[in-house]
Amino acid sequence: MSEKKAGMEKKIWIKAGLTDSEYELLTKHMGREPNTVELALYAQMWSEHCGYTHTRPLFKHFLTTGPRIVQGPGENAGIVDIDDDEVITFKLESHNHPSAIAPFQGAATGVGGIIRDILAMGAYPIASLNSLHFGHPGEKGHTRWLISEVIHGIGEYGNCVGVPTVGGEVRFSNAYKGNPLVNAMCVGFMKKSEIKKAIATGVGNSLMIVGNLTGRDGMGGASFASKDLEEENDEDRGAIQVGDPFMEKLLIEACLEVFEEDYVVGVQDMGAAGILSSSVETASKAGNGVEIDVALVPKREEAMRPEEVMISESQERMLLIVKKGMEEKVNKIFHKWDLHAVIIGKVTDDGLYRVLEDGKTVGEVPVWSLMDAPTYILDAVEPSHLKETMAFKNEQVAQPSDLNEVLVRLLGAPDICSKEWVYRQYDHRIQMNTIVKPGSDAAILRIKGRDKGIGLTMDSNGRYCYLNPRRGAQSIVAESARNQVVSGAEPIAITDGLNFGNPEKPEVYYQLEQSIIGISEACRALDTPVIGGNASLYNQTPEFGSIYPTPIIGMTGLVKSLDHVTTMEFKNNGDYVILIGETKEELGASEYLDVIHNLVTGDVPELDLELERKAQDYVLDIIRKGLVRSAHDLSDGGLAVALAESCIAGELGADVSLDLDMRADALLFGESQTRFMLSADEASTDKIVELAAAQGLEAAVIGRVTEARDILIHNMDEKLINITVDDCRTAFATGFDKLMKTDS
Amino acid sequence: MNWGVLLFPGSNCAEDCFHAVDKILGKPVKYLWHKDTDLGDVDAIIIPGGFSYGDHLRPGAIAHLSPAMTAVKEFATNGGFVIGICNGFQILTESRMLPGSLLQNRGLKFLCQDQTLKVDNADTPFTSEYASGDVVVFPIAHNEGNYYAAPDTIAEMEANGQILFRYCSPEGEVSDKTNPNGSINSIAGIINRTGNVVGMMPHPERSADSALGLSDGKGVFVSMLKHLESKQG
Repeated sequence: MSEKKAGMEKKIWIKAGLTDSEYELLTKHMGREPNTVELALYAQMWSEHCGYTHTRPLFKHFLTTGPRIVQGPGENAGIVDIDDDEVITFKLESHNHPSAIAPFQGAATGVGGIIRDILAMGAYPIASLNSLHFGHPGEKGHTRWLISEVIHGIGEYGNCVGVPTVGGEVRFSNAYKGNPLVNAMCVGFMKKSEIKKAIATGVGNSLMIVGNLTGRDGMGGASFASKDLEEENDEDRGAIQVGDPFMEKLLIEACLEVFEEDYVVGVQDMGAAGILSSSVETASKAGNGVEIDVALVPKREEAMRPEEVMISESQERMLLIVKKGMEEKVNKIFHKWDLHAVIIGKVTDDGLYRVLEDGKTVGEVPVWSLMDAPTYILDAVEPSHLKETMAFKNEQVAQPSDLNEVLVRLLGAPDICSKEWVYRQYDHRIQMNTIVKPGSDAAILRIKGRDKGIGLTMDSNGRYCYLNPRRGAQSIVAESARNQVVSGAEPIAITDGLNFGNPEKPEVYYQLEQSIIGISEACRALDTPVIGGNASLYNQTPEFGSIYPTPIIGMTGLVKSLDHVTTMEFKNNGDYVILIGETKEELGASEYLDVIHNLVTGDVPELDLELERKAQDYVLDIIRKGLVRSAHDLSDGGLAVALAESCIAGELGADVSLDLDMRADALLFGESQTRFMLSADEASTDKIVELAAAQGLEAAVIGRVTEARDILIHNMDEKLINITVDDCRTAFATGFDKLMKTDS
Repeated sequence: MNWGVLLFPGSNCAEDCFHAVDKILGKPVKYLWHKDTDLGDVDAIIIPGGFSYGDHLRPGAIAHLSPAMTAVKEFATNGGFVIGICNGFQILTESRMLPGSLLQNRGLKFLCQDQTLKVDNADTPFTSEYASGDVVVFPIAHNEGNYYAAPDTIAEMEANGQILFRYCSPEGEVSDKTNPNGSINSIAGIINRTGNVVGMMPHPERSADSALGLSDGKGVFVSMLKHLESKQG
């Protein structure tokens, strides 16, 4: 980036965000120099945000097909089969840069945008989730304000539009201090026969714009998202869109009513690069051309230049490709909802993207060339910090004397504590499908009228990926699947949000490449193809540097019968507590090292993907057999935190004894992978242990659920933990409040 | 026995109310459109929750001016059963079919949680399936649910038994501590003087379907149904 800035301001393509070689390439494609309108078209379509210039070559690693995959990457959202001729469609999207500058609107429009992607598939949006990353609030009020506004923005939009926000995560690290992450995911439901595509077929068919008026808001948002966040970013304020959830609600109702008729051949959401990218993509898919007259676009501002109209990211707009002669019928339905559907152009057969103003051509370029953004395979260099962090030995940290206090501090730590402060601001009950609410391993929604449901999760771990990008990324996919399995769902597929720093830096490119490889490996092992996703690069600021490499995994699973739905809380006094999987002496990359020792170091705990698959299949099997009363995966904070969480949620105690020859802190708080904590009655416990042995899996009966509201953990006859459930609950329940309290 | 669910632009709980009547109660139900002046053949009207007209100006402030509300008022004047839930309650206070108004929650934030309520008056056509003093769980989900009315109005309502539900602790204790939004006297739901128009912030429809783990709300719809059936003889 710096070389671009040095004394080259005069070149208009540089100002537009294109490089010299890109400019050379586009003039070759066009056979001449572009005018300002044409230059703007290329600058947007060839940005990382629209053209995936740095990430596309890496996508080849992904598994994108499978028996349940109806639609892989390439549409507004992917689609998976959930039996009975029913499908769900889902995708996630980042809104990091807008949320850094205008957190309320940035987050709100992120939710709105991803809902429209789902709508464009022809589906009714049934759930939202979000993954949020912030810096530690610390002394300054700015981060608290960001957190508060982002959550308010998500809530305001989702609550109003009537889509329940059912899950997600909020994580903290100063790696996100200057550049918070706001990734939103939406899930839609429909019958297989109702699927719509983003395609502009049928020469002479009309392009109709529906929804909001077009203004100068969100100018160049796609290219804004494709560069570093600068400190002095006031001039980028024009790149922030403003959301109107009421309009979105009307748009959903009207579009779904139109889709019931046979009027529409293609649908596309207007997201990044607005009218331009939505129409280019639909035309390209059909191998057709399109022409659009900017004078016909309903505007809320005067004297907008053609390129401004084309790239505006005004919210709540959709593009419909309507059969010739059906335009009035479409408009009539929109009228019912006090909206308009306006013809702005038509499908042509010449393969050209033509922009008109009052009938006069102001830009004309080949459709294929706009979609043919150059791709870059950059130099990858292993980040220098890995030499030191990989060399970490457990002996470098002393074991604290008071382990009860460590447990309490971990339960109240920002990444672990209850997020009720957050999700009580989100309507998570609307639409009456939410069976398992936020705060659990996975949200479970029922499918009305059927004995089945879906599991929804969103997970990440930036620290893991910083310390070992490949294994860290594998771990996130594995943990997502664990969260599904313990809830009674069979993992189906994922959508990935690739949040990274500037890929032009070799160390960042290394993180990006290794993370994608890691995701791919885990997805193959667990049979969860990637059906779509989003890339957000250039997440860095001059003051705070690059964010942790943060791939975010949104996963869906199928609950084959609602009888399988399982939750984490202990259910009955006297039930046996069973630990599945091997506990190793691993402290590396743990929440414990970070929170208690202020150390982000070590390697990510070992992960054997073959074993992971076997263990997950086993856990799902015993849940389906009805043997399990409660199930919880072991992740942040390890065994002690998982045990405490099951006690807190169940308002019961536990008395547990282990027999492991290792450091107490590693035993209690280490994050060895592929572990599950279950509870069951006596007869079922015998079967659970028996079935595990048959699979060659470790299953240890480690204790009982107790009525005495205490948590007791012994190891080799030494008492490690002896604390009341109430003390644990207080720490867990008040952690977030404390974080948000202004001290000054 | 026909039920109607009134649909405004921005209503978002209409389908949930429809589901409660159609699938849980098993009774005929249709949507009523905000532009209609004739509501047709209906015996009970549900005004569902949501953000009618995007909550522009104030929640319910624009919806109460719609043509259908004139018809709803006439329906109520003739003794018809009307229940407004959440935004529906706000629309009913805006249209003066119920006293008082709903202010912003005292915590200044939207609040969604499964809420325990105490049934204060079970001697109405909307609550007869409960016993006075019962503790029930209905979800709440609102930003403006802080009920307020002038002190003499409140005194009158209290004296007339017009308070149907109050927010309370799981043990049934009504106190400022267990009041989620600052409502005066912890009021969660009220009925008009003539006993045929109800407004409540909690969502009975959301706890009417036992598949979701909550079923206390069904009683509101069953109470209404029984009274309508006996009225029709």
